[in-house]
Amino acid sequence: MAMLRNLWRNKAFLFMALPGTIWLILFFYIPVFGNIVAFKNFHYSSGGFFQSLRESPWVGLDNFKFLFSSNNAYLITRNTVLYNVAFIVLGLIFAVFLAIVLSELRSKRMIKIYQTSMLFPYFLSWVIISYFVFAFLSPDKGLMNSILTLFGGEEINWYNEQKYWPFILIILGIWKGVGYNSVIYFASIMGINSDYYEAAMVDGASKWQQIKNITIPQLIPLISILSILSVGNIFRADFGLFYQIPRNSGALYEVTSVLDTYIYNGLTSTGDIGMTAAAGLYQSVVGCILVVLANFIVRKFDEESALF
Amino acid sequence: MKGGPNYTVKKKKIEHVQVRTFNKKTNIFFNIMVGLFAFSCIFPFLFVIIISFTSETSLLTNGYALWPSEWSIQGYTYLADLKDQIIQSLFITVFVTVIGTFINVAFTSSYAYAISRPNFRYKRFFTIFALITMLFSPGMVPSYIVMTNMLQLKDTVWALILPMALSPFNIIVMRTFFRRQVPESIIESSRIDGASEMRIFTQIVLPLAVPGIATISLFAALGYWNDWFNALLYIQSDNLVPLQYLLMKIQSNIDFMTQNAGLSGNLSGGLAAIPKEATRMAMVVISTLPIACSYPFFQRYFVSGLTIGGVKE
Repeated sequence: MAMLRNLWRNKAFLFMALPGTIWLILFFYIPVFGNIVAFKNFHYSSGGFFQSLRESPWVGLDNFKFLFSSNNAYLITRNTVLYNVAFIVLGLIFAVFLAIVLSELRSKRMIKIYQTSMLFPYFLSWVIISYFVFAFLSPDKGLMNSILTLFGGEEINWYNEQKYWPFILIILGIWKGVGYNSVIYFASIMGINSDYYEAAMVDGASKWQQIKNITIPQLIPLISILSILSVGNIFRADFGLFYQIPRNSGALYEVTSVLDTYIYNGLTSTGDIGMTAAAGLYQSVVGCILVVLANFIVRKFDEESALF
Repeated sequence: MKGGPNYTVKKKKIEHVQVRTFNKKTNIFFNIMVGLFAFSCIFPFLFVIIISFTSETSLLTNGYALWPSEWSIQGYTYLADLKDQIIQSLFITVFVTVIGTFINVAFTSSYAYAISRPNFRYKRFFTIFALITMLFSPGMVPSYIVMTNMLQLKDTVWALILPMALSPFNIIVMRTFFRRQVPESIIESSRIDGASEMRIFTQIVLPLAVPGIATISLFAALGYWNDWFNALLYIQSDNLVPLQYLLMKIQSNIDFMTQNAGLSGNLSGGLAAIPKEATRMAMVVISTLPIACSYPFFQRYFVSGLTIGGVKE
């Protein structure tokens, strides 16, 4: 009775939370529960979702054994982690560098123009960017090959040459995100008290010394928090980057396959639902552990900045 | 502004003191450097615009050139051949963006407001209920099975809207925003005046929360406008294809053709008909232009999105 009375008293708030709650159940909790297909030999049956789940036989860890016995598991994990490490490290260096340089430029108007331009790629989809890239890398019409031949070089069949792609993908990943990240750091630098710099000037500190001894130390908390949080996502690849930009070129799979593209291909073409779900669960579980770990570390530094 | 003269004096002073700026030479050097990078961010789009205005013969002989030997607006006039599909796709994209953003903002902000209220008895439960989504992702495969098999949403417009109808991260952002920006005293006094909780939320809190709402709306709208992933997974009918996915399909048809040169004949007709080079780039321009023209005016909201939420300023 007391329970009912409490519910009734909170009816307005419960009503406000209702749509979101239904969404969370349908699009989060049921799919999470659906991960048990990773332990089943899943087949669709006529009776809908729950019946399919019930009727598919349990296979224990067979799907995982199958996944990890192939070379794929190693390859896609390696690619996912290495690309993400590159994005985190290089992305951080570039974003902080740009933010510091921007904060020291003289013309406020130029700063604004630079920032707006640098934000542009952040707002575009990878589909659009894949067209941009194609304009440069198209083997017969692209600008890169025109330039190469102009200087007497050989044309390169970009979409068939593995060796260039780690660089291309890393450059694009950073190019798209660095503007946004540098704006965050820029806002933080603008918040640093000018007194520090004035005092440093009086003491005769050079620009470089000011940056090294004032700006960077003041940025350290934000840098560490954002980096640690992105380490938590090291198992999640940006599907669009790896799926759209290489244009599904078979010759590039070895350097462009990541967990997300592997799972997508498994779901849509190979049709082995169980093993694909196993790969997805592997990604989610490791990802979850990393997020919790990263959050734990952030908490140690600064409780305010932790996610939970 | 009352302090007008003072204001200008102050501004001048800062520029003269130069506490935090490079000296002249270094300034030029870094302006060039940052300027080049900033240019590299918009250059590909300019290049694609140039290609879209290049004549087909010029493209065939010279490829994509920075300064084409022959200009042409044919890329855009050829768009007329694809008129039906393009208009349909544009309609789907706009529809999904508008309806989706509205639903997303309504769901997200009402949920966030409920858990931001100290007098909501179950706020802790509902906060954790939403926060858990940030720890674990359900994965593509189970989500796909639930969407298609249980909810039967495959090949419906809802498959483009519902998967993105709530953003758990934005719930947390808005919860913080409501707590910090909406004074408790206002809510309290309206309650004393006899306003219902629902009325307080819609008529008093929401108008005060416009900056926060604007931020999450823009993120939602951008997400819907740029989405191709849900279409890739769930959409089969040509009349439900959004712009981004249309571009993607044209692209993959071309890739298929170049990889299987002899089979091109099989692909003619319908959506598979491949528009000419300049026309494709014209489509890229058309789907990018709305973003390119509007984001400079909204960018401060995108940036403030990070500072109003949990992330430290």
